[in-house]
Order: sequence, then structure tokens, then C-alpha cells
Amino acid sequence: MDTEPTFFDTNPTAGSVGQPLDRVDGRAKVTGQARYSAEFNSLPGLVHAVLKTSDVAKGRIQSIDTRAALKEPGVVAVLTHQNLPKLAKTPNDADGKKAIGAPMGFLPLTSDQVHYAGQPVAIIVADTLERAQHAATLVQVHITAEKPLASYTDPRAELFDPQKVQDGKTPGHTVRGNPKAAFAAAPVQLTHTYVHAINHHNPMEPGATTAHWEAPDRLTVYESTQGVTRTQKALSTMLGLAAEQVRVVTKYLGGGFGCKGSSWPHTILTVQTAKAVGRPVKLALTRPQMFTSMGHREDQTQTLKVGATKEGKLLALIHEKTSTTSPWDNYAEPNSRIINLLYACPNFEATYQLARADVMTSTFTRAPGEAPGSFAIECSLDDLAYQLGIDPLEIRLRNYAEKDHSTGKPWSSKSLKQCYARGAELFGWSKRNPQAGATRDGRLLVGWGMATASYPVHNNQGTARVRLYADGHALVQTGATDLGTGTYTVMTQVAADALWLSPDKVRFELGDTKLPTAPNSGGSVAAGTVSSSIYMAAQDVWQRLIKLAVADKKSPLFRAKPADVVVENGRLALKADKTKGEDFATLMKRNETADMEGTGNGKYGAGYESGLAAGPANSGHQDDMAGHSMHSFGAHFCEVKVDPELGTVRVTRWVSVHGAGRILNAKTARSQIIGGSIFGIGSALMEATTRDQNFSRYTNATLADYHIPVNADIPDMTVEFVEEHDPYINAMGVKGIGEISMVGVAAAVANAVFHATGKRIRSLPITPDKVLETKMVQA
Amino acid sequence: MNNFSYTQAGSAKEATARRKTTPQAAYIAGGTTLLDLMKAGLEEHPQLIDINPLPFTGIEQTSDGLRIGALARMSEVGEHALLKQQMPAVSESLLLAASPQLRNMASIGGNILQRTRCGYFRDPAFPCNKRVPGSGCPALDGDNHNLAILGVSESCIATSYPGDLSVALVAFDAVLTLQNAKGKQRQLPLNDFYLLPGTTPQRETVLEPGELIVAVTVPVAAHTQRSTYLKVRERASYAYALASAAVGLDVQAGTIRAARVALGGVGAQPWRSREAEQVLTGQPATEATFRAAAAAALRGAQPREHNRYKVELAQNTLVQALRKVAG
Repeated sequence: MDTEPTFFDTNPTAGSVGQPLDRVDGRAKVTGQARYSAEFNSLPGLVHAVLKTSDVAKGRIQSIDTRAALKEPGVVAVLTHQNLPKLAKTPNDADGKKAIGAPMGFLPLTSDQVHYAGQPVAIIVADTLERAQHAATLVQVHITAEKPLASYTDPRAELFDPQKVQDGKTPGHTVRGNPKAAFAAAPVQLTHTYVHAINHHNPMEPGATTAHWEAPDRLTVYESTQGVTRTQKALSTMLGLAAEQVRVVTKYLGGGFGCKGSSWPHTILTVQTAKAVGRPVKLALTRPQMFTSMGHREDQTQTLKVGATKEGKLLALIHEKTSTTSPWDNYAEPNSRIINLLYACPNFEATYQLARADVMTSTFTRAPGEAPGSFAIECSLDDLAYQLGIDPLEIRLRNYAEKDHSTGKPWSSKSLKQCYARGAELFGWSKRNPQAGATRDGRLLVGWGMATASYPVHNNQGTARVRLYADGHALVQTGATDLGTGTYTVMTQVAADALWLSPDKVRFELGDTKLPTAPNSGGSVAAGTVSSSIYMAAQDVWQRLIKLAVADKKSPLFRAKPADVVVENGRLALKADKTKGEDFATLMKRNETADMEGTGNGKYGAGYESGLAAGPANSGHQDDMAGHSMHSFGAHFCEVKVDPELGTVRVTRWVSVHGAGRILNAKTARSQIIGGSIFGIGSALMEATTRDQNFSRYTNATLADYHIPVNADIPDMTVEFVEEHDPYINAMGVKGIGEISMVGVAAAVANAVFHATGKRIRSLPITPDKVLETKMVQA
Repeated sequence: MNNFSYTQAGSAKEATARRKTTPQAAYIAGGTTLLDLMKAGLEEHPQLIDINPLPFTGIEQTSDGLRIGALARMSEVGEHALLKQQMPAVSESLLLAASPQLRNMASIGGNILQRTRCGYFRDPAFPCNKRVPGSGCPALDGDNHNLAILGVSESCIATSYPGDLSVALVAFDAVLTLQNAKGKQRQLPLNDFYLLPGTTPQRETVLEPGELIVAVTVPVAAHTQRSTYLKVRERASYAYALASAAVGLDVQAGTIRAARVALGGVGAQPWRSREAEQVLTGQPATEATFRAAAAAALRGAQPREHNRYKVELAQNTLVQALRKVAG
């Protein structure tokens, strides 16, 4: 670049960023024009695939009788491990798994082994969905079943230290200071155990794949995924093709919450099926199959030891997590990460234990690690507050972390104190009765609880392309995905501002591997990375136009130094004398330049103070060059009403205040926080998948029986953001809010239940049986 | 789902005749239960006989009480002014059930014939004595959190009827009008309609093959006018009851002259508790009486590992419902 990089904060634009712009894709969605991955029905010769899955959790396939199915009208093929086309690579070995980026080290239909209930054992293809479904019922699968193991809670389970968790991404053992000695010497000691039920993501749109081999070496896949690039890599690696031979398209996504963050078996199986039958194939998972096809949040127990002074200052935190994993992978959510850094505590230790069971591999589920980890630390801190007679908000302030104690680094920005203060004000926290079990509304017990939220800004980078046309409109493209939360809308706003256009002059395209590479929409990285790449691409366009102007004899800017030219309101002008200049349209038309294209790279840790904007892309660093720790923070305040006779808990008031960098759209951001809070309330009060301990099979894999909140469960929610300018994170100063909205929610609810009832329920979800069976804590 | 044919029956005679020709055929009204069962592979029918054209509709006041047509829709009946006035418990049991969309479709007859939500019944991959007699009951030592504690057997602990309406109907002495293939009608108290599991949990009702539910009649009385239906569930709406209570009291000068009590969510069938009614009748409408009645209603409960809470929950549910109508 000829000039210093510019940043949104240092180069302000009047415009639409931050405004509550209506969703630009809203009309397409409500009128059915938006096409999801299972809606590309006009492909020539499209046929439908249905999965036949295993009833049992463990065993060996003896035989599969497909004769009756194949006789049915319309049936094209029945594919099993015996006749499915072979792959160049599978995730069944460690190298393959790594190369593919697979979430699970096992691909069904590669052998006769059955490792989990619901595992695909045959694929039935027919000309209509109904015929495929019917034929599937006629396929006879004979499996020699063995007694499975369902969970770490089974006495037969063998616990082991995985060394690393989350597939090797997170250390399995962390020690800081001298935690055991500090705990032993602490004047106040708490040891509590927290239990989490299995949770499933259950996005509205199920996993769905439409695979179309356009030529023997050219594949297009319409896929319900949070990342087209990751899917492209997985598929091309397994197929032995070059990445560019596989095109992945995801124009619209009906939610993901992590389950669409990786490429799961049904996708490659559909691709292989399309190869085998020589026609485009569509597969949409059924709702029950969604419980055994795309991972889940694992069943887990956490024990947290808290050592503190009598004034409530933390001295030691010792955390142990035990959870279930699959026969092949060492997956556990990294719960300890948030416990290590949420408060100022000098001594810390975390360990993980896993047990293998006959289940599929669990995976990231909204706020992986932070959601359950925050439940443990935020309930324990509440305990400490009550035990010492300190207000729960005050005890958090006493332990306020002015730096990241897990790394010793300063925060890039942190507005948690403002979040506490504003949240408390909106909620009326100062009127709280310090006594638990002492506030009534008729026969109902009323309780108030609060909790802290935090989520890291993950290292990531992406690219975008911006094409500005002389007639004053623009085309903006990047291979990002919109989970349904507003990426289309906020990126339109960012591009509009960066180009000095109104949003209706910007056409934004995403969800296609033909577009510049963007990161997975996961880990809350999309908003910050994609917006920054678009912003940088727009700056590239301006730099090219400045070059054009200073070389153009007819331009008022002829022979000016590019560095002396600024852009304001779409007009290029001399910094020193802004009367000298011209607007971009005049410049472009005179030069017969119909359009000008620029590309940009949005990078983590590349904010305007970090000096990294022009540095190497994705260098693997965990913080910016200035060595900052980057996190969003927030606070939730919750009121519940509990019927002490019936054990029912209803959330009656909710306040969330977050500091998450720049907020791109006040409306979609508010909606996202509301959605995450509801997700958290679901996990707090009702969400639980029950796995039968004898069969290792779920007993409630439907949306009638796996409860998520309905409207009647949710009160009006108050959501605010603290204005926060972070000069280090990325060019747009955006931290992302997809996950933090859920962190701490279950604890806020549980803490409110404690305040209402004097009962400390440490097992999620907090259902009526637990409220009735839990004894009151004697103060 | 299996292939099936669909025909519409213009009359009850036509419907029963078709059923006689094809014994495995099923009648379909709203379809909200039947289609789910078929899609899940729990029931297979070669033919569906649409009975919606039949005249089993409407709600009318008769000398025997309120007569509700089997084809009346849940929403229509729940919102009906006569029901709201004369038997609020029945209205409430309908409006607290399912979702508006389902209530608009679902018929009263179909509601009475709902089948259990036991997860082992609902998933053909599991053994289940109700679905495959003799295959076993994994719920006994498995996930029995939502299942029954009264009237259960070693063969089955499902809440065979998981819904709400029949709980209110058995409380208030509802009588079914049934019509067989010969066009002959019979009257049957709903309380005698359901069967306890015993060793034959696959037999759920005394409905004869091909027999149609024509109507259900509920006698109006002081205790139906002073009645309520209380439903407890984990989420506020669109969920089956963990426990529920339909109660009606005739209280005069503080003394209970007549009482009707039924429990849902805890019984192998909609659970009329004459034991509780006996404790209540003739006694002062006080908390102590209600507690004694609740204890009587749950006497003999057989909870298992994950549904012990229902003993207390059901009692408290009943007490709250009694308080409400007594108050």
C-alpha cells in the first residue's frame, strides 16, 4: 500500500453502520424466495436419498437385505458399506482426520462396524422422497449387537487423562501458581459439583446436502454449513480432488449453533451416492436423525474448588471436568478457559477426564466451554457471596480482573464494569433483598440472580472483494455464511459506509467457494473478520481510484501524492485543500472506467493501534502485536418466579448488557443477544437429551419431547450494549456476539432460583423434579 | 411411512363397512396423532378412511348434559361458551393442550385415542411390550422421568393416554357414545373405556374393531361448574403434563357436598381418584382436607428411579387445584 492503512474508527463515515437497518434478506425469506440447501430442486434428474440408521449402539453388521427395497417402483439404488464408491481419504485414521478437518474419526459405511445408535448403515435412493422413505423401511439390516456403554457415569466406564481436549486444540492440564497449597490455606473453601445434561443444537433447518457431479471431476454441493471453505476442503480431500474442483454453495442457513461448523458424515455420503447413481442427489436429515448426525454438547460433570479470603477475594480455583467422548476422539468442551480468566485469581488449575462410550463424537455447541464453564464459576461465586454476606455484584467487583490473569496480558478493551453498572440500573438490582427465599408474589417465590459473561475474540482472517461501479452502485462478495442472524444485512451496511453509498446501492453476495475465502461462521468470528475484510477491500478500491486520479491530467488531483489525497463522501480531495478534488463517478466516467475492483484482508489483531493491519495474514499468533488479550464481556440479570409446590421456574424479567466492540446493527445485534439468552434459558430450565444407559440410545429425539423454550417461557427482554472502541481487534473494531449472548445465562437463572428458594441446584436443566427434591441450603 | 390408500366416508355406515373390508384400515379425522404414529413407523395402515364428512359435530345441551361431537375440534370445544360456563375444567384441559395449530385440527375423538409419549414406545428401535408384546419394557430401569406411577405393571409404566381432555372427562363422569359396524350405538362411561396395562399393555381401550366414537356427553352439575384443570410441565406451553389435576367441588357453607378428582401425567390411564373424592366428601373445604385427599389419591403409587418426584408433585398439583376451586 502506498498510504497508511485506514480504519473505521480513524476514518469515520456518516452512515448506516450501527443503525437498526431491516434485514436486507427479510423479504426473500418471508416470501419463500430464499433458497436453502435442500431447495435446489430443478437440478436435472435430481433423486432423493434417505438414511437407514442403526437401531443398536454397538455391534457388527452381519447382512443387509436390499432385495425388497430394490423391487419398489422408483427406487434407484441402495448403498451400503459393500457397494459405496471408495474414497481417497477417510477420517478413520489420524492423518486422514487431520487432513480432512473432520469432527469425527470415523466415517460410517466404510466397514461393518456399528459404533453408535443412529449411525447410517444404508442409503436408499429413489425418484421421490416418499418412495425412498418407504423403501428404507424394507431394507433389512441384521446386526449382531453387543452391550454398549452409554456414558462416563456407567460404573464400567474407564476414565482417562486425554492430555489435550477439543481435538488437540486445548491443553488438558493447566496450572498457574500453586493452586493446591493456596486452596488448602484459604480461609474460605468451597467444593461443588456441577452436572450438565446432553444438549442438541436443533437449528430450525436440518442438515441438508444436495450433491451434483457436473462432470466426473467437477462437483457442486449445496450444503447446510457454517463454512463453505471448510466443507470444500473436507470433501475435496476425501475425494482426492483439488479444492477448486469442488464448489460448495450455502446461500441461506436456518441456524447452526455449531452443529454445522464441521463436515459430518451425511455430506460426503450424499456426494458418494451422487457419484454412484450418476445423478444429483438430495438428502435432508430428519429431525430424529439430527440428534445422531451432527454432534451434541456432551454430558459432563465439573467439580470446582474455590479458595477465598473472608472478604471474598479469590485465592485459588481448581477445576476438574469429566465427560463422555466417542470411541475415537478426545473431544471435550474447554470449560476451564473462562474459569482461568474471568476473575483476578492468582492460583489456578484445570484437568480433564474422559470416558469412551458407544456414542458419536460431541462437538462445539454455542459458546463451547464458556457456557458450561461459566455455569460452574458463576454459581460458585454466588455461593461465596451468600456465604460471606456480600452482594453477588459486589463480590464480582472485588475480583475484577484488570488484566487477563491466564496470560498476564492487558485487555484490548473491557467494559465489564459499565455492563455491571448499566445492567444493575436497568434491573433495579439495588433494591435486592439480600435474604434468599424471602421474597414472595402470592404463593410464588421471587428470586433475582446475575452472572458475568465473557467470550474470546478468536484468531481468524478472511478476504473480500468489492467492485464499485461508476454509476454509483457496488457489488461486494465474500465466501462467508449467514447463519440467519444478519450477516447479509450488517455487511451491506459496512460496505455502504466504506463506499459512501446508501445500503440499497450495495449488492452483497456470500456463501459460495467461488467467492473470496472467508472463515467459518463460528466462534463469533464472522462479524469482525468479514466486516474488516470488506472495509479493507473498499479502502483498496479508493487507493486504486486515487492512483487513477493522480495520474489523470484532467483530474484536479493530477500529480498529487496519493498519501495527500483523502476520500470523503465519495469525493477524492486533497487533504490540505479539500476544494481541490472530484467525486469518484466523475473520475471513473472520464476515464471510461466502468468499475473499479479491490480486495481486502480482514485480520484478527489488526486494529488501527496494533500495527498489524498490513502484516502477515493469519500468522498463528494468539493476540495482536501489542500483546493484548481480546474478549467480549457482559452481564445478565434475571428474575424468576418459582412455584415451591410444583417446582416450576419461570423467567419473568431479563436484562443483558454487553460490551462487544462496535455493534454493526442495533436491531440484529439485539435479536442475537435475545436469541442467545433464550438458548441459555433453554439449557438452564428444560433442554436435555436423555440417553438410555442400557441401550446408549436417545429416548427423546424429537422436538415434542426435547423441550426448547416457547414464547410463553420468555418475558420481554432488555438488551443494551456499552459503547466500546477497541483499537486492536480488527479494522472494524468488532468483537462478535454470537456466543457471549449465551455465556452465564444458565448461572444467572440458577442464581435467581437460589435467591428465590434457598435451593442451590447444580444440575442442568433445573426441572421441577430437581426443585422439589433439592433441600434448602441452611445459611 | 408405508403406502396407503385414502378414501372419504360419506356416512358412518360407509365408514364402518370400509373398515370391515379392510380390518387394518384406520379412521382419520384431524390426523394430528395418527399421521405422527404412521410417520414414526409405529402404526401401519393400508387404508385411511376419512370420517370428517360424518355428522358427529357440534356441542349441544341435552338432558344428559353437554354432548360434544367426536369430530368437533379441540379449539372449537375449548372456546365454547357453554363449556366455559358449565365445565371450565374441560375447557381448560383443551386450551392448555398442544398448540393453536394442533387444536384447530385435532378432533375430540382423536384426542381420546391419543397414544403414549413414552420414548420407548415412540421409537421402534427399542423393545416395548405395548408395541411388540413380550419384547420387554426398558423404561422400568431406564428413562422413566415422565412415566406413570399409578396403575402401572411390570409390563408397562407408560402414561398410556398422555393428554389432558380425558383426565377432565373421567373426572366428570363423561359417557361415550360408540357406534359399531351394524350401526348399533352403545353408551360407555369413559372411565371404563381405558384399560390398565396388566400383562397386555398393547390393549389400551375396549373399543371394538371398526367401532366409531360418535360423541362424548358430560353431565352438568354443581361440581362441573366449580371446576378447574391444573397442568404442570417443564415449559409454559406445548408440552405434555408431568402431572395434572381435574377437580370439581360442590361446596355449601364450607362443606364439600360433592367432589370429583382425576389426575393426569401420573396414571397408566386417566386417573379418576374415588379415594380422594371419598376423603373430600362431607368434609370442610380446608387445606387439611385437601392434603388428606391428595395423600389418598397417591396411596399405592409405584414410583421408579426417575419419577419419584411425581408422588409429591401430583399431590401438590391436586391440592392447588382444590384450593383454587374451593377459594
